[in-house]
Amino acid sequence: MKMSPIRAPEGDTREHLIVIGNGMAGCRAVEELIARDATRYRVTIFGAEPLVNYNRIMLSPVLAGEKTFDEIVINGQDWYDDNGIALVSGDPVVAIDRAAHTVTARSGVTLTYDRLLIATGSDPFIIPVPGKDLPGVITFRDMNDVEAMLRAAATGGNAVVIGGGLLGLEAAHGLTLRGMKVTVLHLMPTLMERQLDEAAGWLLKQALEARGQTILTGADTAEITGDGRVEAVRLKDGSVIPADLVVMAVGIRPAVGLARAAGLEVGRGIRVDDHMVTSDPAVLAVGECVEHDGQVYGLVAPLWDMCRALADGLVGQPSGYRPAPTSTKLKVAGLDVFSAGDFTGGDGAEDIVLRDASRGVYKRVVVRDDRIVGAVLYGDTADGNWYFDLLKRGENVAELRDALIFGQAFASGGGQADPKAAVAALSDEAEICGCNGVSKGQIVSCIAKGARSLDAVRTGCKASASCGSCTGLVETVLALTLGEDVEAGPKTMCKCTSFGHDHVRREIVAQKMRSIPEVMQKLHWSTPDGCSSCRPALNYYLLCALPGDYQDDQQSRFVNERLHANIQKDGTYSVVPRMWGGITSAAELRAIADVVEKYDAPMVKVTGGQRLDIFGIRKEDLPAVWADLNAAGMVSGHAYGKALRTVKTCVGAEWCRFGTQDSTGLGVRIERATWGSWMPHKFKIAVSGCPRNCAEATIKDFGVVCVDSGYELHVGGNGGIHVRATDLLCKVATEAEAIEMCAAFIQLYREEARYLERTAPWIERVGLDYVQSRLVPDTAARAELAARFFFSQQFMQTDPWAERAQGAAHEHHAPMARFTPQEEMA
Amino acid sequence: MIGEWLDIGWVDEIPVRGSRTVQVAGGDDIAVFRTGENRVFALLDRCPHKHGRLSQGIVHGGAVACPLHNWRISLTTGEALGEDKGCTPIVPVRISGGRVLICRASTLKAAA
Repeated sequence: MKMSPIRAPEGDTREHLIVIGNGMAGCRAVEELIARDATRYRVTIFGAEPLVNYNRIMLSPVLAGEKTFDEIVINGQDWYDDNGIALVSGDPVVAIDRAAHTVTARSGVTLTYDRLLIATGSDPFIIPVPGKDLPGVITFRDMNDVEAMLRAAATGGNAVVIGGGLLGLEAAHGLTLRGMKVTVLHLMPTLMERQLDEAAGWLLKQALEARGQTILTGADTAEITGDGRVEAVRLKDGSVIPADLVVMAVGIRPAVGLARAAGLEVGRGIRVDDHMVTSDPAVLAVGECVEHDGQVYGLVAPLWDMCRALADGLVGQPSGYRPAPTSTKLKVAGLDVFSAGDFTGGDGAEDIVLRDASRGVYKRVVVRDDRIVGAVLYGDTADGNWYFDLLKRGENVAELRDALIFGQAFASGGGQADPKAAVAALSDEAEICGCNGVSKGQIVSCIAKGARSLDAVRTGCKASASCGSCTGLVETVLALTLGEDVEAGPKTMCKCTSFGHDHVRREIVAQKMRSIPEVMQKLHWSTPDGCSSCRPALNYYLLCALPGDYQDDQQSRFVNERLHANIQKDGTYSVVPRMWGGITSAAELRAIADVVEKYDAPMVKVTGGQRLDIFGIRKEDLPAVWADLNAAGMVSGHAYGKALRTVKTCVGAEWCRFGTQDSTGLGVRIERATWGSWMPHKFKIAVSGCPRNCAEATIKDFGVVCVDSGYELHVGGNGGIHVRATDLLCKVATEAEAIEMCAAFIQLYREEARYLERTAPWIERVGLDYVQSRLVPDTAARAELAARFFFSQQFMQTDPWAERAQGAAHEHHAPMARFTPQEEMA
Repeated sequence: MIGEWLDIGWVDEIPVRGSRTVQVAGGDDIAVFRTGENRVFALLDRCPHKHGRLSQGIVHGGAVACPLHNWRISLTTGEALGEDKGCTPIVPVRISGGRVLICRASTLKAAA
């Protein structure tokens, strides 16, 4: 139980509004109230779940593993704090005393209210069959249910979902993705009959069955059986379906128990007037628990409208709730479904139908008296908002009639679909964000108040802040409203985070983070364990920040760095032993030749970096190959890594008549100093003995060109797609200075470049002046960088091949098992 | 009598967020994955795109990224995720007493 101070602060004489229910309706009502008058009421919210306000609609993506709980939070604790709202969570209200104006919670705490708002929502309907209380029979209503389903799915087995409506199908989809074998039992002849007509229901059933679910329509449950826990579901026709988990999703009932006990007028729901006031003027009610004009509601759109009417009434500017047509848009197993209004047809109604079997598209628009009264779309729901907008405004569609079914772009005249024109044509009332009930007009006014980017709109009016499926529409509204002035947000590392590389890295260092899960937790990663883009980057950032201390995560490394060899397209590997400075010997060549023959390597190739590359080695043979190469004194050449690759040299003063310095000697010394270091990207070095530059030092990440008076040091060169010649960093007089500068430059690159950023784009981004300013004038700073590099090197210069050759990480190479069908059958 | 399932070893032999292979004589290897949530899946070790070895990819969430061109393949369905289209056959897996069992029939199909 979480409690904030709930007694009125000294001197606070404001009216006290108590809200029972911390769900979508209760919190939305408070949001609407605060938007109108932030100070009029002192607010306390009671919630039964020990959680902050979250988006119940988004439980399905959580179940499906597409979202985490943190991502579906609508209002975090800071919202309550910032608005001075007392939240009492995990402590449901159990009694209302209307005479005394008090509510009492389960913990015994009793508070006095001036106005009371009941937003208790609804309870899942449990069909009264034998076995309904067996362990393993659950509903799909809150985080608890989702957690129960995830626990059940962890051990696999059979799941039966009773109810083929929206909720049931989403539960079935999630459980299927989680690996359970799912059967859906639906009492009616077609799925989702309240939202879809028969044709669309049938298409949906076909598609879900193709995805491995069993769908039984007209299935009437007789009993749930099991000894101590659920084992099967028996239907009235006698068939029995095995079940390790049963999810009841047949419908919801307004939760009216508390209101009824308090003596409020209750029909199917708590009866309210147009201002959401119950039979007691001091008590209001909103959301799925209410009955308005004989109707109860289970969708979010009417709920948002109710909250607006309620808040208007609370601040003394009553507007009144008027029921509006509703629409349903959902995505189940990647299938788009949309429906709105009345599609039952009937007198005077005309159907306009389009079927495109090859695309799996079905569209039906119901028109009465030249006005759209209903629409069902399956497979292509892009025009749903447009039809719904026409429907709500009661627009005369006589002129559009012929082209109506082909959608907005076509009907509006242009043969070419122009999504921008489509959004421009939407009215201000048209709903853009279904999750948070935000209209186009609200987004435009949010932009008018200064929002200049998608992020700002998300913060300002919540549009696109939940599931993000309307992000494209919101961006179009931004573009239409601001034109060129839209600000792009910072480029994020990947889809798992809203932060960019630099920010993540700064936080890792500032907060002294020590592991990938810690980074993901603290920076609110949106996926459970990242992706193939962010994991290698985080692994590198941590490795760089904590030399000698960080436990390298092999599973966050690209295959080449995990297997210390280069994967080829046929699944074999190529192996490049290190040849210091490109110099080799008879013994090394002999060892390489032996490996080629012994392991049947189909090709040996001289690389651009002056090494020998042995191709076609099988994963299982790698440790043995390395053992043979190690025996001849060779170590890993790191041709596979975001690391120092090679130091290429020319023969220099020792042999060449033009040579000015010992370029091979310097190359070997530089390679000895820098090998083994992990970097943001691959890193190549060359040392040329004279300005003729035979080692091509001016297209390397770090290049040395020897001259009579010393060494020219060049940086930021690159072959590849975009050839970039190096920039001259500086000139030094001695080899020792050249090596120190090389180490300092590498360390600056390691600490400041983004993962997968070569030195060339990095220098173009930060500027040569900046790099020079960090390395050249300030000898102390340069020495520190070099010292940090050499400190880190003492943990890096262990030959990974030698470790593997001696049996380390055996599981990366050997198969887990072998299977030979012939032997088995013999 | 040959059982329906092949016992290939302990769950703990597969690194978390990693994979191992089962060699099938005369056919494609089978890649056996273990996710961060400790769930085990098996797929033919062959990306639908250019036949990359999925067992060598980075496992994240319920998917693996192919090492050749970074296609993301769902471990539950074998289908390519995102914009890419294609499907790798899945091999049913059972866990029993900490042992990993894979479906014999599907394994035989891999050898065919």
